[in-house]
This record gives sequence, structure tokens and C-alpha cells, in this order.
Amino acid sequence: MKAVYTWSAILVIVFASVVGDVLLAHAMKQVGDVGALRRRAGLVAVIRRTLGNPNFLFGVTAMAVAFFSLLFALSWGDVSLVAPAAASLTFIGNAVAAKIFLHERVDRRRWIAATLVAAGVALLAG
Amino acid sequence: MNIRKYLVLAGVTVFAAAGDSMLSHGMKQTGSISLNHLQGVIFAILNPWVGVGILLLLAFFATYMTALSWADLTYVLPATSLGYVLLALVARFLLHEHVSPLRWLGIALITGGVGFVAGGPALTEHHHAKPVGEPCGVATSPPCDSAQGMLLAKDARNGAPSGVDV
Repeated sequence: MKAVYTWSAILVIVFASVVGDVLLAHAMKQVGDVGALRRRAGLVAVIRRTLGNPNFLFGVTAMAVAFFSLLFALSWGDVSLVAPAAASLTFIGNAVAAKIFLHERVDRRRWIAATLVAAGVALLAG
Repeated sequence: MNIRKYLVLAGVTVFAAAGDSMLSHGMKQTGSISLNHLQGVIFAILNPWVGVGILLLLAFFATYMTALSWADLTYVLPATSLGYVLLALVARFLLHEHVSPLRWLGIALITGGVGFVAGGPALTEHHHAKPVGEPCGVATSPPCDSAQGMLLAKDARNGAPSGVDV
């Protein structure tokens, strides 16, 4: 039963992190190239435009949810299971979500990269 | 991708790894915090290691957002996962901790993954809100970059909106 709780918490972490990453990536694409914008309009404009973007604020909220569910999960489950499982599943989830929602062209090269990194992270932290 | 952008990606990697290490080091000094003794949080922030760690993680967030403003999520995430490798190398050579063969295998896999993604283009999607100094994504102008042009043509064939401001 404890395993069910732990894995549910891991899934919540992964879901919240993927939602957060996708929203933040989308928000920053809406803001535009930060370097070019800073040269043109200054740093204050960059910060104002970023903080004023609703997707950015939702993304940060989702990241906060992910962080607090990680804290909860760590109090139930083993850190050697929760941390690597959440991190590596987030890599795979992000690749799928980026393809569907951000319309990134996730070609074979990027699938292989995401899978290798996910496996590597699982081994490193395990 | 110019040298400045590679520096930003390096910044994401280094700030995340250094920030996490410093937070972890500082939190081990301050001891555990429980919900019953929340004032412990204030002592934790006063610890210089924790303070510097938080500053580094803020720097990480700023560089991460900068990278996402001109590169794909599926490019930035693998490219900056070298931070895990960095942490393991610091543990092995600076802290003289034991790194097991399985972990070395993990380091090799991550490095391989980074090599795979780094060989490809940094940006593939085309939903730009405001293409800054980048006329390639605009539907009314002819595609100036061949790779981007091919991509737009391919998406147009697939019926996807190409070069449309969202």
C-alpha cells in the first residue's frame, strides 16, 4: 500500500513538472529571444514582459506544486527511489509533451537523447 | 547558436549543480526542519551556504528562462543534464567519494545523450509570438534559412499552421 502512495506521489511530481516546463517554455517563446529584447528595450522590459506573462506565472505555480509534492513523496518513500524515478520520468514526459503541445520536432536524435539521459539519471541517483 | 548561447547553457548546468550542492551542504549543517519548528527555516536561510545556494538557484532560473527563449525544451533539458555528471565528478575528485561502476555507466549514458542532442538544431518549432530579428519565421517573407525553410514547407504540407504568430 505504501508503494501505491509513493508511486502516486511520483506521478503527481512528474505531471506537475512537465506542465510547469511546458508552460515556462511556451511563455519564454512568447516573450521572444531575451538577448535581443534586452539589447533593444533593456533588462527592465525583459523582466516586466516575463513576469507579466500568464503562462509564466502558471508555469511557476506548477513548479511549486511539483516541489511540494516532492517533499511529501520524500516523507513517504525512499529518496533513492523517488528522486531518480521522478527525474527520469520527467525527461520522457517532457519529450512527449513538447512534441504534442509545443509542436517541437522531436526526431529520432532527440528521442534517443531523452531516453539515454533518463536512463543515466536513474542509474546515477539509484 | 553562437558562443554567448553556449555560455548560457553552461550557466544553466553549472548554476544548478553548484546551487544544489551548496543548499545540500548548508542544510546538513543546520539540521532537519520540522513543521512544528518552522522558525528553523529562518536559521537555515541565515546559513551562508544556504544563502549562496539560493542565489545560485535564482541564477539557474534566469539562465534557464533565457535558454528557453531561443531553444526548444527538448534541446535545453538534455543539453543541461551534464550537471548530473558534474555533480558525480565533484563527488569523486573533490570530495573523494566512491563512485560505483553503475554510476559511471549512468555518467556515460548522460554524456552520450548530450552528444546526440547537441549535434542537432537547437530550435525546431515555429510558433513565435514575436520573432525578434528573425525574419525566417514570418509567413509573408521567403524563408531565408534553408533548414528552417524546409521545416516550414514540411509543416505546411502536413496542414499545420506555419509561421503563424500565436
